[in-house]
Amino acid sequence: MHDKTLTELATGLSAGEFSSRELTQELLGRIDRLDGRLNSFISVTAKPALSAADRADATRADGQAGPLNGLPLALKDIFCTRGVRTSCGSRMLDNFVAPYDATIVEKLSEAGTVSLGKTNMDEFAMGSSNENSFYGPVKNPWDPSAVPGGSSGGSAAAVAAGLVPAAMGTDTGGSIRQPAAFCGITGLKPTYGRVSRYGMIAYASSLDQAGPMARSAADCALLLGAMAGHDGRDSTSVARGVPDYQSELDAPLNGLKIGLPVEYFGDGLDPAVEAAVREAVQVYESLGATVREVSLPHTHYAIPAYYVIAPAEASSNLSRFDGVRFGHRCEAPTDLIDLYKRSRAEGFGDEVKRRILIGTHTLSEGFFDAYYKKAQQVRRLIRQDFLDAFEEVDVLMGPASPTPAFDLGANKDPVSMYLQDIYTIAVNLAGIPGISVPAGFAGNRPVGLQILGTHFAEAQLLGVAHQFQQNTDWHLRRPAFAEESA
Amino acid sequence: MAIEHADVLRAAHLARLGLDEGDATHYLDDLGRILEMVDQLQSLDTEGVTPMAHPLDATQRLRADEVTETDQRDHFQQCAPAVENGLYLVPRVVE
Amino acid sequence: MQWETVIGLEVHVQLATRSKIFSGASTAFGAEPNSQACAVDLGLPGVLPVLNESAVAMAVQFGLGVNAEIPEVSVFDRKNYFYADLPKGYQTSQMYQPIVEAGEVEISLEDGSTRHIRVHHAHLEEDAGKSLHEDLHGMTGIDLNRAGTPLLEIVSEPDMRSAKEAAAYLKAIHSIVTYLGISDGNMAEGSMRCDVNVSVRPRGQEAFGTRAEIKNVNSFRFVERAIEFEVERQIELIEDGGEVVQETRLYDPEADETRSMRTKEEANDYRYFPCPDLLPVVLDQAYVDHLRANLPELPADKRARFQHELGLSAYDAGVLSASRAMAEYFERVRNTCGDAKQAANWVQGELSGALNREGLTIDDSPVSAEQLGLLITRVLDDTINGKAAKDVFQAMWQGEGGNADNSADTLIEAKGLKQVTDSGAIEAMIDQVIAESPAQVAQYRDAEPEKRGKMIGYFVGQVMKASRGTANPQQVNGLLKEKLDALC
Repeated sequence: MHDKTLTELATGLSAGEFSSRELTQELLGRIDRLDGRLNSFISVTAKPALSAADRADATRADGQAGPLNGLPLALKDIFCTRGVRTSCGSRMLDNFVAPYDATIVEKLSEAGTVSLGKTNMDEFAMGSSNENSFYGPVKNPWDPSAVPGGSSGGSAAAVAAGLVPAAMGTDTGGSIRQPAAFCGITGLKPTYGRVSRYGMIAYASSLDQAGPMARSAADCALLLGAMAGHDGRDSTSVARGVPDYQSELDAPLNGLKIGLPVEYFGDGLDPAVEAAVREAVQVYESLGATVREVSLPHTHYAIPAYYVIAPAEASSNLSRFDGVRFGHRCEAPTDLIDLYKRSRAEGFGDEVKRRILIGTHTLSEGFFDAYYKKAQQVRRLIRQDFLDAFEEVDVLMGPASPTPAFDLGANKDPVSMYLQDIYTIAVNLAGIPGISVPAGFAGNRPVGLQILGTHFAEAQLLGVAHQFQQNTDWHLRRPAFAEESA
Repeated sequence: MAIEHADVLRAAHLARLGLDEGDATHYLDDLGRILEMVDQLQSLDTEGVTPMAHPLDATQRLRADEVTETDQRDHFQQCAPAVENGLYLVPRVVE
Repeated sequence: MQWETVIGLEVHVQLATRSKIFSGASTAFGAEPNSQACAVDLGLPGVLPVLNESAVAMAVQFGLGVNAEIPEVSVFDRKNYFYADLPKGYQTSQMYQPIVEAGEVEISLEDGSTRHIRVHHAHLEEDAGKSLHEDLHGMTGIDLNRAGTPLLEIVSEPDMRSAKEAAAYLKAIHSIVTYLGISDGNMAEGSMRCDVNVSVRPRGQEAFGTRAEIKNVNSFRFVERAIEFEVERQIELIEDGGEVVQETRLYDPEADETRSMRTKEEANDYRYFPCPDLLPVVLDQAYVDHLRANLPELPADKRARFQHELGLSAYDAGVLSASRAMAEYFERVRNTCGDAKQAANWVQGELSGALNREGLTIDDSPVSAEQLGLLITRVLDDTINGKAAKDVFQAMWQGEGGNADNSADTLIEAKGLKQVTDSGAIEAMIDQVIAESPAQVAQYRDAEPEKRGKMIGYFVGQVMKASRGTANPQQVNGLLKEKLDALC
């Protein structure tokens, strides 16, 4: 059961081949046996999972089961879950049992899904390798010497390893798409505002977006339908109807206009990654799509702009972690300043501190215009690049990351780590949706094809990705890790 | 724009992050390189471009003025490090 | 050297919304600590703000009330700093694009003159919680019930030139916000708080002096006292060869002085930037027009109308229009009795005196405007005389005569206070008094005619006494004069 897609499992459940309890038990068993090697979960919630599975089975027995009823999944440990530790990968929240559910947790629970636990992540979603977790790094199931990507590395690894068929991630600069690419799964970052951010611990509020990570585009479509929608508790969530994301899965690709941004195929792109991506594009051509080059001229300003905007927002968002109402508090503070300084110094890890310092510095008096305002202007230019491109083509395609998964410990320098996100970051600045789908390998490590669409084009993206998966089997490949342990 | 040791200490203080001199030196090096990368922005002419704070041109929706929340103090204070008589405790603040 | 004082005020007004500016928690005053601090107010990880429509409407109403420009777009920013009662480590406020732009407020001074004080802008923001220091073994306790209460911060230009003007400005703001019903204006509960910027400069000099900011001055009287003290302090300092430093000071009402807040002297850098959790607030013209069309008559307009249409003095018009409740009460009295002058006299005289004695506000008055109006009517139509009216008023105040609008008539009837205007009856009483007062009659007769006018008072008093106060005093006067003069 563990290597089936969500869609297949849904069919099995509704046909009565197995119950949600049986499925849940099997996966919990696998997590118990195998996750010691991966470290993809921070918390496994076996007991509530089994109760939820029983409820789902009862709902099915009553004939009330919806399409997601009884399906197991995992939640990145950034989503608040009532009664369950919600750590955000940080010592700061190691003791934080969330008193409420995030909106998407509520929605997925109402849809009858069964959460098996909370997945590992870079601390406060800051990172591209999952090495910045207080709970230790996650291993890539394809190669334990490689990182799974980040920040949703635990979610990606757990899905790739067959511990869970799908997991929720968040993406601020590529944190769904890059780990999906590194772990050979499908990950969708929806349009900014498509999925509620309420209860999702904020990193950079104007960039953060939650999305599904699963084994196929069809699975992502199934999940997005349950996650998306307007939320009265999130001012930035969009009041716009949720289309049936399944309905466009089978739309023919004939006449689809694909743009290849020249900037996404330049220096620093690993040749094996490029070869895999170009081969994938050829598959599309063979299915009737037309391909042309386009330009996103401000691409190279995306990382600089991001490293002003995201740390600035983060420096403010993370001020609430002050040791007063929740989270880590230092021993015997002598005064208020001491309470703040020691609690925060002890609670936050190195990368988080680095970004808080950068954000605080660039927002300071005398620097604001040169950094923050400038970055916001550049942000507009970057969005305009995409809007201009979508005047010409329907979707953009390119690599999700310039390299396949790198070795654990390989990127010690923060700037070289940041540059890894060159193909994903502009998408968050522009707020458009993007999906990463497995498209081959560079050696033994997966390569992700990234497909981008204009605002609210998720249904189209999912269809374009699904058609590829109907004609290739990259997404069906499973790491040896999963098989030898089965 | 170069960053100096004092800037790091100042930012750390504003952000209430306890840093010792050694930490500050370590971050000075990292921050210097990050800002050097960020400084590429300065080469771009953005004259007349309106800063963009949000990716969508959406506007704020307003909430009806209704009391929808009930008292959950005890529940919310379960995750608090120090409370007494319903108050969150901090070291004495002199005003 | 002649010194000129320059004053600017930042007034924080708590808006009278039911729920908080960004959450659905109640804003009611006086609840158990932290019982009205919801997940959003506590700044729990993951929570987000959603803006309260009433807070927006109230801010716009204020703007319209001070003839301000209401910009189409306003934006919320974060003001970043750490403080014990500031849960998120930032205050959501409006730094760059406030909801209300420049406007002006008319203030009226004691001499009846008026001045215009410019409002630089007004912006919406969230209030912080409260720190409590008692009985916590040397710790400070944080109550976040107030956190997230909507505040309108009204920032004036440095247009005021005296403590009295500053107090008059604060009163004008108070009456505008209470007229609009956008705040209860209760300074004791902190619904209105004020920071005062004060500087002095040699008269005739254009450049401003260095200013001190006096924080949290919370009554009209303290504003005046704090400024007076601070001005004196600054002048003395400069005249002694010192320099005023730009700093934040606290006014201590007990000691009646301002003190430097040296503990918070470190340089702040609030790192304002647009709040990414909130989108630009866009107000269309129709919305603003609708609010404009539904604005109540504001104090300055009311004052002008009372003065010019109702013929009240500038002073009376000012006092009666200062609060909306007072003005409405007065207008109801006036509508009932039809005489603005008499209504004004009664409301400012007997009624205000009684309210002050018992520490009540007009809303708590046991005598309704209709009751008082009828009482005045009964004076005007000669049913009772002024002395009897005061007695009836006191009885009404004590709750006698019931709550009905016509309680004046009930009381007049019950107490037999109806004025005797029957000249026959009055003449009979006069004849009796004259018969019983031979000595006084003799004195009257012997007096110089020009002195007789004064002497008649004795006879009037006796007749009034005989009538138990019910005889019409004018009639008594006239008839007495006739009869006594006939004896001369």
